[in-house]
Amino acid sequence: MNIMKFRPLFLIISSLLILISLFSIVKWGFQWSVDFSGGSSWQVSLPSRPTSDSLKEIFSKNQLELLTVSTNQDKYFLKFGNISSDQKEQLTVALTKFDPKFVDLQFETLGPVLGKELLKKTIYAVVLSALALLFFIGSRFKDLSFGASAVLAMFHDAFILIGSFSILGHFFGAEIDALFVTALLTTLSASVHDTVITFDRIRELKSLSFHLDWVELSNKAVSEVIVRSINNSMTIIFMLCALVALGGTGTRWFASALLIGVVCGTYSSTAVAIPLMLLTKRKKLNNAKK
Amino acid sequence: MLKNNRRVLTIFWSIIASTFLCIIINLPVKLDLFGRTFYRPDFSLNLGSFQLKPNLNLRYGLDLAGGASLLFDVDTSKIIKTDLPDALESLKTNIERRVNLFGVSEANVQLSNQGDTHRLTVDLPGVTDINEAIKLIGQTAQLSFKGVIDLPPEATATATIADVLKDTGLNGSHLVKAAPTTNPNTGAVEVSLEFNSEGAKLFEKATTDFLNKRIAILLDEQPVTVPTVSVIISDGKAVINGSFDIKSAKSLSAQLNAGALPLPIKLIQQSQVGATLGQDSINKGIKAGLVGLAIVSLFMIGNYGFLGLIADFGLIIYGLITLTLYRLIPVTLTFPGIVGFILSVGMAVDSNILIFERMKEETRAGKSWNNAMELGFGRAWNSIKDANTCTIITGLILFNPFNWNFLNSSGMVRGFAVTLLLGIILGMFTGVFVTRNLLRVLARKKV
Repeated sequence: MNIMKFRPLFLIISSLLILISLFSIVKWGFQWSVDFSGGSSWQVSLPSRPTSDSLKEIFSKNQLELLTVSTNQDKYFLKFGNISSDQKEQLTVALTKFDPKFVDLQFETLGPVLGKELLKKTIYAVVLSALALLFFIGSRFKDLSFGASAVLAMFHDAFILIGSFSILGHFFGAEIDALFVTALLTTLSASVHDTVITFDRIRELKSLSFHLDWVELSNKAVSEVIVRSINNSMTIIFMLCALVALGGTGTRWFASALLIGVVCGTYSSTAVAIPLMLLTKRKKLNNAKK
Repeated sequence: MLKNNRRVLTIFWSIIASTFLCIIINLPVKLDLFGRTFYRPDFSLNLGSFQLKPNLNLRYGLDLAGGASLLFDVDTSKIIKTDLPDALESLKTNIERRVNLFGVSEANVQLSNQGDTHRLTVDLPGVTDINEAIKLIGQTAQLSFKGVIDLPPEATATATIADVLKDTGLNGSHLVKAAPTTNPNTGAVEVSLEFNSEGAKLFEKATTDFLNKRIAILLDEQPVTVPTVSVIISDGKAVINGSFDIKSAKSLSAQLNAGALPLPIKLIQQSQVGATLGQDSINKGIKAGLVGLAIVSLFMIGNYGFLGLIADFGLIIYGLITLTLYRLIPVTLTFPGIVGFILSVGMAVDSNILIFERMKEETRAGKSWNNAMELGFGRAWNSIKDANTCTIITGLILFNPFNWNFLNSSGMVRGFAVTLLLGIILGMFTGVFVTRNLLRVLARKKV
């Protein structure tokens, strides 16, 4: 199996994905959840299914601006500024008057300070994870080009995940919240995990077969581990698909983020990490032959 | 080989036995089956004075059980730095007492700090009226002194606490200071009270009225202590003696001093989940987990046949052990936690896939089935170890075990991290140790 001959194709796919992500991040930005932006999010059930305009009217009567409304049957997801408990009580009264079957499902409100704090903690966590994984890869592979390619592939996956959430946010309202960050970190580790297994195999083969050049070695290693890699991703993908389909709205985006991360991680270990590693290796072998 | 057989068989039967134990632990307490009612065996142990009563119920986090969570900012600007630790501790005790007053079981009050910012989290499972909770927690505690009236015996049966207590007019606003002291004569630990002049007069009247009777000291209408008046006290100074040790005397003084909260607090975050949504989430999570598990099981059988079937058994054992650990440790399950568990099921079979693929290679290389199996397990172990190290590193950063302030410690993220970490470690155990030994025993018939 000569997978490495598809390297130009991989390059096109990856560049395209990164460009689309970049475009979306620059043009549309992100839908920040109240975890990060501060404010209130309120999930309520209104069986009379009012229009969002009539809800906005109720809010403006209470001197509040209803920022966004999204609905799923009789469930309404409302976002607005940070409010006090008295204001919440007034709103509850107003909504109960409006629809006697009103049910308060989930409510969260927090000030902007907390959001900034979470953002800071998140950045620390991502940096710390990246450093820890870098250290781990470094200790596993004394060879710098292995380590660097694995880390670059990891950032490739993280960037695409972030970009896809910018797109999903723009079109479907997916939010960046604390759980998205969790999914991002899990993606980092899943990406490295797959790459490490492939690189391990390349190293093992290299010590056994001296006559092969790096491209041949890579092809041999990939064809040996790709079944495992795909099968393993399939089991995780099955579990996550079940969650996305059946797990309800609460975790749909969380599971989606993990799903995108796992698929990216499987793809990048073969299609990004190895070609990157080969970029540095081919020259060395040619030099050695001369 | 023969020498090893006994050991392998012992391990095999231990695995089967532990599986059954896990099944029993995970049974519902009461089960109606075929018109008969079965009860889960009671795991209580009595060894002399040593009692073990394990609580085997699954604990659900606020997002699943429903409830409210409040986050307060503590204003520490008006307090001297050296007094801060005591004040914070006393604040926590006060809030805990108020929460208990609200009748919440398993409420959780936690202090956290980041640099000079101090925070107080109050988790109230099952509380649906968040506004009432906020009011109760934010109120000022009331210290009051009430005389205990001896009722005629015939009235005792129907009397309530309010009937037997007579307000003396003395309350927290009259207290100047409360402090723990040691009685110079007996060496017993006591709590000394000092009232202002108005308080001294009221206290003199109260001790006259209730001489040789008892006066209840109440905080938020809850009796803190009910000492007996032995002499009339007119200088506004009193001691409460009872069975105090240094610690309880200190905490009582702190509570008395803190008629109002020792530090002002401000609500900065509130979140609330209705109980119906929580139950809905649990049901959906279970459904998604079962469907996913079924697909993965079929996939494994389809790909690896008999081996896949054994891996599926390993997976079921994995699920049972995980659930048992959730009950025993105990792990508080949140919705992200369920996602972590479901994800870890997908990852748990990873070890098996690695091993089985390795076995295929070894068989292709001409090794006998038994040798291929042992080699497959042995050689795949390195990859399994490496691959899982990455996930464990990230899991630890998410779980933040040392409560590092610069990292997130929110319940949601932790809920995910803890189930993922537990899942990865157990997955390695069942994927390698359990399936290997199941195969050693069960596969012999096949060969």
